[in-house]
Amino acid sequence: MSAITEAIDLSLYAKPETAGTLGMDVAVEGISCGACIARIEGAVKSLPGVTEARVNYTNRRLHVAWSESLTEPSRIFQALQDNGYRGHPFVALRAEQEEAAEARHLTRCLAVAGFAAMNIMLLSVSVWSGNVTDITAETRDFFHWASALIALPAAAYAGRPFFSSAWTALRARTLNMNVPISLGVILALSMSVVETANHAEHAYYDSAIMLLFFLLVGRTLDHAMRRRTRAVAGNLAALRAETAHRFKGDELINVPAAALKAGDRVLVRPGERVPADGEVIGGNSEIDDSLITGETARRKVAAGAIVYAGSLNYSGALTMRVTAAGGSSLLDDIERLLEKAASAKSRTRRLADRASAIYAPVVHTTAALTFVGWYLYGAPLHDAIITAIAVLIITCPCALALAIPAVQVVASGALFKRGIILNSGDAIERLAEADTVIFDKTGTLTLPEPRVVNAADIDPALAQRAARLALSSRHPLAMALAREATSRAPFDGAVEEPGQGVRALIDGVEARLGSASFCGAPLHRDGDSGISHIYFSYAGQHATFAIAQRLRSDAIETVQALRNLGLDLRILSGDRVDAVRPVAEMLSVAQWHGGLNPAEKIAAIEVLKAQGRRVLMVGDGLNDAPSLAAAHVSLSPISAADVTQAQADAVFLGERLAPVFDAVDIARRARRLMMQNLWLAALYNLIAVPVAIAGLVTPLIAALAMSGSSVLVTLNALRAASRAHDPEKWSPIFGQDYAQRKKTPLAESDPS
Amino acid sequence: MNVLIYLLPMALGLGLAGLFGFMWALKSGQYNDVEGAALRVLSDDDLPK
Repeated sequence: MSAITEAIDLSLYAKPETAGTLGMDVAVEGISCGACIARIEGAVKSLPGVTEARVNYTNRRLHVAWSESLTEPSRIFQALQDNGYRGHPFVALRAEQEEAAEARHLTRCLAVAGFAAMNIMLLSVSVWSGNVTDITAETRDFFHWASALIALPAAAYAGRPFFSSAWTALRARTLNMNVPISLGVILALSMSVVETANHAEHAYYDSAIMLLFFLLVGRTLDHAMRRRTRAVAGNLAALRAETAHRFKGDELINVPAAALKAGDRVLVRPGERVPADGEVIGGNSEIDDSLITGETARRKVAAGAIVYAGSLNYSGALTMRVTAAGGSSLLDDIERLLEKAASAKSRTRRLADRASAIYAPVVHTTAALTFVGWYLYGAPLHDAIITAIAVLIITCPCALALAIPAVQVVASGALFKRGIILNSGDAIERLAEADTVIFDKTGTLTLPEPRVVNAADIDPALAQRAARLALSSRHPLAMALAREATSRAPFDGAVEEPGQGVRALIDGVEARLGSASFCGAPLHRDGDSGISHIYFSYAGQHATFAIAQRLRSDAIETVQALRNLGLDLRILSGDRVDAVRPVAEMLSVAQWHGGLNPAEKIAAIEVLKAQGRRVLMVGDGLNDAPSLAAAHVSLSPISAADVTQAQADAVFLGERLAPVFDAVDIARRARRLMMQNLWLAALYNLIAVPVAIAGLVTPLIAALAMSGSSVLVTLNALRAASRAHDPEKWSPIFGQDYAQRKKTPLAESDPS
Repeated sequence: MNVLIYLLPMALGLGLAGLFGFMWALKSGQYNDVEGAALRVLSDDDLPK
């Protein structure tokens, strides 16, 4: 049975709720339609003691609460499994909780701004039409005061996200887009109050509030998109969370790997990943370090050897003692390099910040010059001030502030659909700037797990028998073979002989799968450029399966497509030169290096950076983490080590390499649209500002111009999602593709 | 136009009622799962069996 349904210590996840009940969040795999909601809730609620079960369909999570004394919480996971779903205990990351709180705050601000904008517009339209017909001065004043009554509290509430950000920027003596926004809103409102008190014809309450409303719409959408990707990332982290078998005295209990402490003794069975860094204290085995160093040849370990979290245990059970994180020389090295790379990374300035750095001073100078100009020309002080403020209002960067976020929202939505999850907001801009792509080999160009490479040489019927027999084994080579099985049903009565292989009776004849001696087959030499062999015998027939790292299915096409985009491609691998050469030749990448350690990878990137290149690094190993941080922008597959994923600007899902191409392609398109939008916004100002300087702007013109430009920019941004070629239909997380790549053996996953 | 003196506050009051209604719905978690809400309405679990 899979790790999660063994008795697992869930106390880390269960949190006390109301008196006497415990609650827990569960990320659920396999929710695909509305009927799943009722099925899951029904199954879990029918357990004795469960007081609440509610599925959140948007982020594919289940919240359960149960009476403390009644239910064994692991039965909840069993109930899910029985219904064809897999549950993983889930703890929300702090970042996700903070973002949820901020999203709620933004939504409340948006609601207030929307309410105020509608009501003020109602009053303003009456004033505008009254001004050209027969409104009395008293009625107009009444409408203006009513507008002020709505606008002032609403702006004070809904403007907070902008005011606080502008204040932070000013205190740091910089300018961001929120400074001109805040200034425009505050000046527009205070001028309107003064004008209202003077019984003037025009007031700008509607402009100020509409501006806030439009900007809040953009920000709320941006936030919603980011939260959605964050929720998916959180679920994936829960799916990946490993459990460890910890010794408690002589007994074994299953605990989440995150709960391990230094000094704990842990058992690592063959086919499992090492849950934490530590030292081997018993047992002999071979360890696959490819997720750590990129090296595909296996390492023999015995008592005294150091093992790292994420390594795959091949042949024998190991007992290890957990050491404190960073207690080993390799990890210390990587940590040190990471720190250096992160601090040395020249902080690239975002497009929006660069635009506002030019924009804000120009606008403020123009307003000041307008005032001085009119005053010197002989206009009364009051009129000169009003005209200058009108310039500030009309140039208030509504379109400019939407120009980039709107494209970002649409582009990150398009990336999300293609299985790319962004970690940082400005990654799109940096992706678009990349001119050189550096690939890691193991797990990036190749699939993260080894596969059968000589399937064509073997009789298909025999191969299928072997693959079905392999379903009964936990050995990594057998698991690789099991991926070829078309039938997911293992043979009855299959017996695994530890260290030997697995045997079963098929139609009354014994079949054996395992080592050469176990199957009585001639021995092939293992380890030749990363190829391992597994042997099969059945009714006098023999077959030898060669298992090795295999390229991702679309690697050749993707690499060619990237080259067609004009990118310079390179391979930097930690694996041996002999193992890198065939891959480089197959992909016809001329510039490649093997056997590099993390420091040498960084050095290679630094050389490229010194030549003025913008490097996109694609890697998955722990050894790649520092280079990902050092590169201009970075991508990593979802199978990457945790530390590495944390460094990457974006993570892509699935077995294909195409997301790398999609990411660059969509990012470039998005950047083109961002530039177009900036020019549209500039064009708007070019037309509107002279009108404002001339003192001809009325509130009606301001409202039309600002809304018009915002809508234009937003419509243009929508083009970021459309694309010439149709993406492969793809269910982002919980599709079959991901399920098949889970580290747990396939034989156990329920084909629901 | 004296009718505006009480019509305008009434209109505002109705708008505010809507706003507070939305705030209440937001606070009570009704917007936490917008996709799920759209699907739940289709389930027949409230029919008598």
